[in-house]
Amino acid sequence: MLQVSVYRFNPETDAAPQMQEYQVETGGKDLMVLDVLEMIKAEHDASVTYRRSCREGVCGSDGLNINGKNGLACITPLSDAVKKNKLVLRPLPGLPVVRDLVVDMSLFYAQYEKIEPYLQNNSPAPAIERLQTPEDRAKLDGLYECILCACCSTSCPSFWWNPDRFVGPAGLLQAYRFLADSRDQATDERLAKLDDPFSVFRCHGIQNCVNVCPKGLNPTRAIGHIRTMLLNRAA
Amino acid sequence: MRTISFDGVIVGGGGAGMRAALQLAQSGYKTAVISKVFPTRSHTVSAQGGITCAIASADPQDDWRWHMYDTVKGSDYIGDQDAIEYMCSVGPEAIFELEHMGLPFSRTEEGRIYQRPFGGQSKNFGEGGQAARTCAAADRTGHALLHTLYQNNVKNETVFFNEWFATDLVNNQDGAVVGVIAICIETGETVYVKSKATVFATGGAGRIYASTTNAHINTGDGVGMALRAGVPVQDMEMWQFHPTGIYGAGTLVTEGCRGEGGYLINADGERFMERYAPNAKDLAGRDVVARSMILEILEGRGCGPDGDHVKLKLDHLGEEVLESRLPGICELSRTFAHVDPVKEPIPVVPTCHYMMGGIPTNIHGQALTVDAAGNDQVIPGLYACGEVACVSVHGANRLGGNSLLDLVVFGRASGLFIEDALRQGIEMRDASVTDIESANERLVSLNERNDGENVSALRRELQGVMQNYFGVFRKGEFMQEGIKKLDDLKGRIDNVKLEDKSNAFNTARVECLELQNLFETAEATAIVAEARKESRGAHAREDFTERNDEEWLCHSIYHREGRAVSKRSVNFTPKTVDTFQPKVRTY
Repeated sequence: MLQVSVYRFNPETDAAPQMQEYQVETGGKDLMVLDVLEMIKAEHDASVTYRRSCREGVCGSDGLNINGKNGLACITPLSDAVKKNKLVLRPLPGLPVVRDLVVDMSLFYAQYEKIEPYLQNNSPAPAIERLQTPEDRAKLDGLYECILCACCSTSCPSFWWNPDRFVGPAGLLQAYRFLADSRDQATDERLAKLDDPFSVFRCHGIQNCVNVCPKGLNPTRAIGHIRTMLLNRAA
Repeated sequence: MRTISFDGVIVGGGGAGMRAALQLAQSGYKTAVISKVFPTRSHTVSAQGGITCAIASADPQDDWRWHMYDTVKGSDYIGDQDAIEYMCSVGPEAIFELEHMGLPFSRTEEGRIYQRPFGGQSKNFGEGGQAARTCAAADRTGHALLHTLYQNNVKNETVFFNEWFATDLVNNQDGAVVGVIAICIETGETVYVKSKATVFATGGAGRIYASTTNAHINTGDGVGMALRAGVPVQDMEMWQFHPTGIYGAGTLVTEGCRGEGGYLINADGERFMERYAPNAKDLAGRDVVARSMILEILEGRGCGPDGDHVKLKLDHLGEEVLESRLPGICELSRTFAHVDPVKEPIPVVPTCHYMMGGIPTNIHGQALTVDAAGNDQVIPGLYACGEVACVSVHGANRLGGNSLLDLVVFGRASGLFIEDALRQGIEMRDASVTDIESANERLVSLNERNDGENVSALRRELQGVMQNYFGVFRKGEFMQEGIKKLDDLKGRIDNVKLEDKSNAFNTARVECLELQNLFETAEATAIVAEARKESRGAHAREDFTERNDEEWLCHSIYHREGRAVSKRSVNFTPKTVDTFQPKVRTY
């Protein structure tokens, strides 16, 4: 029997959050953490609340704090997470809790929108696609794959302290995705909007983001590139 | 109940919904998207291999008419040729728009969009060998497409109601659709969302089966809402089983693997598709490949201790190709099959993947019903696009790469048509209080009921029935047994128990409402599958093994009332090319 401890909070009935314990029969199988949550919801307690959709690590719905580390429930096998037969599930840290494992992502999305996450190119579009060399396209690898799960930003102390002013690793990774795109013409405007003490420079390079990204992306490196671009621009 | 009013409301924030929304937002009309998940969590995100379209990158001679030929043949001749013509000819424009919006397509040495071979593709109307027509962003095309569309909706300031769940359609006294009832999941508030144009882009319903590539959220909400409101559905017997779902987990492995040179092997290591489809081999239509796999398994050549799957071999392609062209597959295979495709083949099995049927529409996305005399009638106020719609470009079997094209082309077409209609002025009578109350009845009764069965157990039972009685191969007497089991489930699912009556982010409530939509979808599927007494495309019957063009070269139409099944003609009159006449379908 796996011991599962789940963070519970229902704003309608609870004055404060508490951890609730469940004993889950996994049959010795190396299930995913999401499978365990589904078993709890189906067989123990239908009121346990979390987000989920694709169950294969591409939609980014089920970012959780799993035994102290952020990750996606659907692609985290018990063998990677469970210690001493215990699984502790909490919401992503640093964002307001809506209910149980569901957090309010508004601040996270607001930072994403702030970096203008869309291609900007005012030259008349050709009748076919805009051409891009495979080498230029390769510069977007490791950037465009972000699934907006928020595992990185909610593991970042700088984002915890300044979620309204520090763009955070996820937003900055996307900022660099457009800065790095040979088809985008707004480089200077994009950099100008990031050029303040908080948006980028609150990153202290501790790499929590890199450590937790379920897609193996490296926001710290992208932030380093933005810093260099900002410094070159000032020089 | 509060009322919120819009010119256009789109239910569903996947590819189709967001493409339609983008068109309307750019037009300046007051538009909103209601999505039960944050839009980038929609199932479009899971599409991998690509979007098929004759953009003439891989082959400068490529022609949309060849794509049209393949699609008509793939549909086993019940795809509507006017709609397929529209999709294939408008397609390149829609793809270039996506690229201009920023979609990070993979590239050729010339800097053009990379295209890979996919199943059922040919040059020169089947005479010129395999084509490479599927535009790709590595093996994450759906993700790239969905995020690009979301980003451009952000740019155009589309209004999103994220994590809102539409429960039912509101009809006025004239039978016109004048909006939906929707719940804000976060607060539990129920609202009447009034609209001059209601677009269903609610996606598929693969969760009617126990084993599916589909996300948890694919619960046929649009089909359920349509059927309850008296809107019929078309070709619901046609469900695509994707040849390569990961054995045990059900997660998708793109057809692009076979496009890049991978192939299926049985327990003897034999490349068995050479026997079933000597020309196209592993790139035959999906229905053909899925059936061949099941036959291999049934004849004792399956892999594993239970002989219940086959394997997809990729290691001969080399690590470099796999990591650059199929990085997501490598990741999924390592996570869910515990197999590194660079070294070993991936265990796979045909898995429910796509609903070819849906709400019948014309090429403008207008929902249709069929009157007593058998004539098409537009349902005022209701539109559908993407997987929930049956326009029908896929007929009895969809070609790989055509679903993304379908949702972009017809999301766009719906938006364009509604923009025009709004400009000309849409007048509909307001819904009365009774109309709104009647649309809200299902939700009220769920909230008030204190007995009944558990949602998870009922859902598992439903999925088991569909899996066992309405799978890849079907037989009349078995299906009749399955229908009896569904009859038994009907009342129990109508009366599903919601234990948790709280308001804040109550996902248990959403799951109960979704289960009822799954049931409507499953029942429609079962009734028409039993009724269509032939084998065509994805619908393979052991008791009627041949295609029967005399009687069944037509769409099936299912009305919920009386579970009535009727026939509707297929369109054989494209505007600019000659009709493609039905032929024996071989690969």
